[in-house]
Amino acid sequence: MGEILGLLGAGLLQALEPLNFSMIVLGVILGLLVGALPGLGSVNGVAILLPITFLVPPTAAIMFLAAIYYGAMYGGAISSITLGIPGASTAVATVFDGRPLAVSGKADKALTAAAVASFIGGTISVILFTLFAPPLAEFALKFGPAEEFSLMVLAFATFIGLGGDDIPKTIFSILIGLVLAAIGLDIISGQPRMIFGDISGFMHGINFLVLAIGIYGIGEMLWTLEQTKGQVTAHNVKLSLKEIIKDIKDVKEYIGTTTLGSVLGYFVGTLPAAGATPASLMSYGLAKTFSKEPETFGTGNVSGVAAPEAANNAASTGSMLPMITLGIPGSPTTAILLGGMIIWGLRPGPLLFTEHPDFVWGLIGSLYVANLVTLVINLLFIPLFVKILTLPFTILAPTIYILCVVGGYAPTQTMHDVWLMFLFGVVGYLLRKLDYPVAPAVLAIVLGPLAERSMRQSLISSQGDPLIFFERPISLTCILIAVALILVPVYQKYKRRKNANKSEPEAES
Amino acid sequence: MTVKTAELVMAIVLALCSIGLMIKSAELNITWIEGRGPGSGAWPFWLSAGMLLCCLLTLYRWIRRITPESRNTDLYMTRETVVIVGTSAGAILFLLAATHLIGLYFSLMLFLLFYIKYVGRHSWALTMALTIGIPVFIFCLFEWALKIPLPKSITEPLFYPIYDLMYS
Repeated sequence: MGEILGLLGAGLLQALEPLNFSMIVLGVILGLLVGALPGLGSVNGVAILLPITFLVPPTAAIMFLAAIYYGAMYGGAISSITLGIPGASTAVATVFDGRPLAVSGKADKALTAAAVASFIGGTISVILFTLFAPPLAEFALKFGPAEEFSLMVLAFATFIGLGGDDIPKTIFSILIGLVLAAIGLDIISGQPRMIFGDISGFMHGINFLVLAIGIYGIGEMLWTLEQTKGQVTAHNVKLSLKEIIKDIKDVKEYIGTTTLGSVLGYFVGTLPAAGATPASLMSYGLAKTFSKEPETFGTGNVSGVAAPEAANNAASTGSMLPMITLGIPGSPTTAILLGGMIIWGLRPGPLLFTEHPDFVWGLIGSLYVANLVTLVINLLFIPLFVKILTLPFTILAPTIYILCVVGGYAPTQTMHDVWLMFLFGVVGYLLRKLDYPVAPAVLAIVLGPLAERSMRQSLISSQGDPLIFFERPISLTCILIAVALILVPVYQKYKRRKNANKSEPEAES
Repeated sequence: MTVKTAELVMAIVLALCSIGLMIKSAELNITWIEGRGPGSGAWPFWLSAGMLLCCLLTLYRWIRRITPESRNTDLYMTRETVVIVGTSAGAILFLLAATHLIGLYFSLMLFLLFYIKYVGRHSWALTMALTIGIPVFIFCLFEWALKIPLPKSITEPLFYPIYDLMYS
């Protein structure tokens, strides 16, 4: 424990260094903005802004991106409350009570509760992260290629089992992400693979950012334009320091549900595919269940704002746990962070703790700092953020498209990638309209090269015997859980359909 | 086209793409190499085969009317959606095509001019401020701070004096 505290202290000091601290503040501000803008969330912000992090060292870069992630979780509540439109899917549950509070003239109370609950959620989850990360990383050191591959199969299975989307379409999304990751030079033999039309641009493979920016930048903007028709109206908010202090004192009203939501959010966040959205919805459900006045939920109960906000912040920290310790992202945002780490020359996974302790503990330290910075900035600048939210889409949309185009060009500096990004954006939008989930494809393109490498390394070491994945206990456990995760929802859907078919003739008779 | 028809068309198109990917990956060895495991093309080949299977499953579910989309007779794209999304997609398409001809910076200016003035109908003062301000900001961030040159095509010579200032 003493060792952990020492490392954490060093990490905190690192986060407070001028460059790192400036990056955290900048990241938080951008995150709050991105999170608050309807249709854009942490994943969009991180995907679009990752290319500009090449300007600073990896530690400052990860702090900046993690701060965006953090800020976006706070920011989502601003539009949920003032516009009645969730800034991101993670803030959907916040609308249920946040909007009624705003309509009844208590927007300040809702916004302060969201900020304070996010802070509590963030703090609890960072403490849990600090306690759980080192032992999990130590355990993960036992992992060989077979375990790594099985763990990735498990990560994909969670998307199928817990994603709640159409199963064949989810699997299709995962597989297309893996196929796109396979384009380029074969990692073992070095042979060119799937070079369409002999276009040289395919030789260097498809950078994950091309897909991520295409889907979460261009595709998401097209989707948002369709959903909102470019029209939003903000609810005016006036906040004075006196009101903020008074609202903060009301924390005792929702401290219980906030703490529960934080712990729940953290553990749900660690599961790939589960993430912040289900965590916030579950937390809202729990708060309502345990409330003495459940009937007031949905009409403007402040606990209905605090519970999901605490959970989505805690989940964002939770999703970083498997990314840092196992090299498996817990959410689409952490998938992009993981891709960024690979670009910076780092290998995410348990060895990161021993090989780059400065990086890991700097990141952990930055989470504490970012949490506090976000609370302060959020409370002080809420009225300003609300003003920015009313920016017309005809200014916002072209700005985001431009950031996407230059962001898609920067990593490889070829127009080939920008065209691909545009294609992915449009196709992703068209697929999304038909209920094809796009997040699994992004996760798969990041994990694809790692999955293929670990699978083929395992098979080479076992001289081609696939039983290697079933003979090793950790690997077998992962595979069994993955199979269960896939089969349980399939069985449940089959049973539900069978029951529905049975009740139909009865109803007819 | 209704959502119902769109799901059918999409599943068929994706199934054909999956077959195309299978054929492409089969240009390499897709068989099991004794003692070494799968050949170079096996991984994408079997993944593409999985994609095809998913498309066939979606088609089966469409025929049995299991997916919500297969029962949805609403329009896949309303006229309003086509206009709003088509304008954006068309403008980006123009931006990318124009980048090859006149470089990114001048294409950005035309793109912004179109979007802010023609689509947004904002004032000329705001239009000009953003049309000039955003490309200048992009230039400073990428060319000056990040040292990432963005494509300029035939307009490259116009930037020589700025390079002289930057690198002198």
